[in-house]
Amino acid sequence: MKLKKFAIAGAIAAALSASVSVVPASAELVFPSLSYRTGPYAPNGIPFADGYSDYFTLINERDGGVGGVKISNPECETGYNTEKGVECYESTKGEGSGALIYQPLSTGITYQLIPKVTADGIPLHSMAYGRTSAMNGKVFNWVFNYPANYWDGATIAVQHAKDMSGGDLNGKTIALVYHNSAYGKEPIRTLEEKAKSEGFKLTLIPVDHPGQEQKSQWLQIRRERPDFVFMWGWGVMNAVAIQEAANIRYPMDHFIGIWWSGAEQDVLPAGDGANGYKSLNFTYVGKDKPVFADIQKYVVDAGKAAGDGSNIGTVQYNRGMYAAMLAVEAARKAQEMSGTMDINAAQMRDGMENLNVDAARLEELGMAGFGPAVSVSCANHGGSGEALVQQWDAGAKQWKAITEFMPADRELVTRLAMEDSEAFAKENNITPRECK
Amino acid sequence: MSVELLNFFETFLNGLMAGVMYSLVALGFVLIFKASGIFNFAQGVMALFAALTLVGFMTGQVPFSHLINAIFGTELHNWGAGLPAFLAILLTMVVMVALAFLIEKLVLKHLVNQEPIILFMATIGLAYFLEGLGDLMWGSDVKTLDVGLPSGGSFWWEDVTRTWAAQGAEYYGMYIDLLDVSAALIAVVLVIALSLFSQYTATGRALRAVADDHQAALSVGISLRRIWVIVWSIAGFVALVAGIMWGSKSGVQFSLSLIALKALPVLILGGFTSIPGAIVGGLIIGVGEKLAEAYIGPMVGGAIENWFAYVLALAFLLFRPQGLFGDRIIERI
Repeated sequence: MKLKKFAIAGAIAAALSASVSVVPASAELVFPSLSYRTGPYAPNGIPFADGYSDYFTLINERDGGVGGVKISNPECETGYNTEKGVECYESTKGEGSGALIYQPLSTGITYQLIPKVTADGIPLHSMAYGRTSAMNGKVFNWVFNYPANYWDGATIAVQHAKDMSGGDLNGKTIALVYHNSAYGKEPIRTLEEKAKSEGFKLTLIPVDHPGQEQKSQWLQIRRERPDFVFMWGWGVMNAVAIQEAANIRYPMDHFIGIWWSGAEQDVLPAGDGANGYKSLNFTYVGKDKPVFADIQKYVVDAGKAAGDGSNIGTVQYNRGMYAAMLAVEAARKAQEMSGTMDINAAQMRDGMENLNVDAARLEELGMAGFGPAVSVSCANHGGSGEALVQQWDAGAKQWKAITEFMPADRELVTRLAMEDSEAFAKENNITPRECK
Repeated sequence: MSVELLNFFETFLNGLMAGVMYSLVALGFVLIFKASGIFNFAQGVMALFAALTLVGFMTGQVPFSHLINAIFGTELHNWGAGLPAFLAILLTMVVMVALAFLIEKLVLKHLVNQEPIILFMATIGLAYFLEGLGDLMWGSDVKTLDVGLPSGGSFWWEDVTRTWAAQGAEYYGMYIDLLDVSAALIAVVLVIALSLFSQYTATGRALRAVADDHQAALSVGISLRRIWVIVWSIAGFVALVAGIMWGSKSGVQFSLSLIALKALPVLILGGFTSIPGAIVGGLIIGVGEKLAEAYIGPMVGGAIENWFAYVLALAFLLFRPQGLFGDRIIERI
């Protein structure tokens, strides 16, 4: 009799615990933030981290989370240091019910995390940075880089230069001033290919970290007078390059930076000299969108903002918001596909591979025109590859978009990405998966 | 003259100017090492801290405003429109003297007679502390610094040198940055002032006595602690000058602390104990790295100046281990 009672009690307890594990009361979506609020790169890291965090807070406060499940956003300081970034990954991947996505805002950290996330089965979204060939989802199953990558950026910059030159770059010279690192070297292969097909001469001008002193590089530019200067820089290198360009009186509207060389802190130190400098961008700049009214009401006014609110509407803040929005939309898609609100990392990956944020969806989110339409698939982890050109107005101290979102030369970019990713697969004994 | 030769002179001249900028940082290291035997790892961060404080005064920023607002829910940002550059520089100097006093009181006093490596480690801690304090006080956003120094290329020099090229040659004139010229003039004034101070004032002579022999100086009644406060204050002033020059170039941001890396090869070459050594060492490093970047760089892929500066310094070390102007090491066995 006693045994029977004990068995019944045990069965009830087991049933209860089973039901709890199906719909846990404390379920949450864990989106860790590998941020850098200290060190030389903090001026870029802080607004991005603030935007990333504030958007999640908005979703929690206004909508009660995604599908009723709150977002948890544990933050870990990397200082833009690759080793610390890996430590942060290891210490946060087991948070709560497990991390669902990583967006480290560092190409160096991304490279180190690629094998780790692949082994652990956690999606890594290096939004417009990191390894370009990760756009091949057949090889890089867990890595995404939508909406655009560095090679897209290189071809868009060339297209813009071509448009400025009356549609012909034949005989022109383009100098690439780049951070002498894996990041800075990313566009070289693509630009070399474009140089062959468009007939321009490419001059490569590397700058060593951190880029505080660039006299030699700009003396060379002053002597050679290239028709255009492209820049792949980060941190203080951007500000110094723009100042030096202004010093040698290089025509600033012929100086075009990648999207990581086009924030307010890059141009402000050069004062009026930076007027006319251009950079690519894949997000809206400003705060004249309905979503910002909600951020003000539910996040800033409620005293829940990550920063003091002064960064809202800046390049890096909006980029952080955009990255967070893409993560939320992917989680929403994953919930819809899996039929459960409490998704895991594999389901999150499925959501990312079926992500479709078009113009209509952006409008619903109060973010019309905030970024290019993003459509991701199992094979294409790189999105549409579009970016616009913005120009700095030193008088008004603001960026102004001077083009619509422009398409990249995806034929070239896809060919190069396939070559690179297939070589990577061969080196690492990876069998590319089939995508329907 | 041929354009190639003019380009060589232009590179040489700009190397000299860059060298002066490195010397400004190296000077701070030399002053402290000379007087106390401490290799001050925090010198670069002191330049950053001084520049942050200067911008804070010039823009009227409330120090620790982020912290105050976070704790008390206030909206403090600025206390006014800010101070004029001259007044802000004076006030920053007061802060640097106060900092020197605190460093002596809280750090150095407790480490008298310790091994140099212990003192060096203490300055590493000091560097991290000052960097964090600067962040907490003034925030880590990039700040624009304009104390009224001229900047940009000199039109006059371009026009003068344009005529030096052979007739018919395409030459745009020689480039020189006015900010670098200002830095060179300031460095000259600084070195003269430091030399006069150490030669003709009682404090200066006491400083030299401490530098020569701590024990002997103590035995004649010179206060080591007072001398340390003075020398750290002077190093703070030199850090402020370096911070103004580098901050005017790139804005005041936390990477400014990395300029210390530019001073190391200068110190290796010029010696840790010589003020003229810091200047001459800076000039040699500046010229050497710029010429190497321009003429050897293209053969090896470029971006060689950072490591080339160290190679150059090490090459000198092979022949003069104490540096060009360092004290000769004589040890009796």
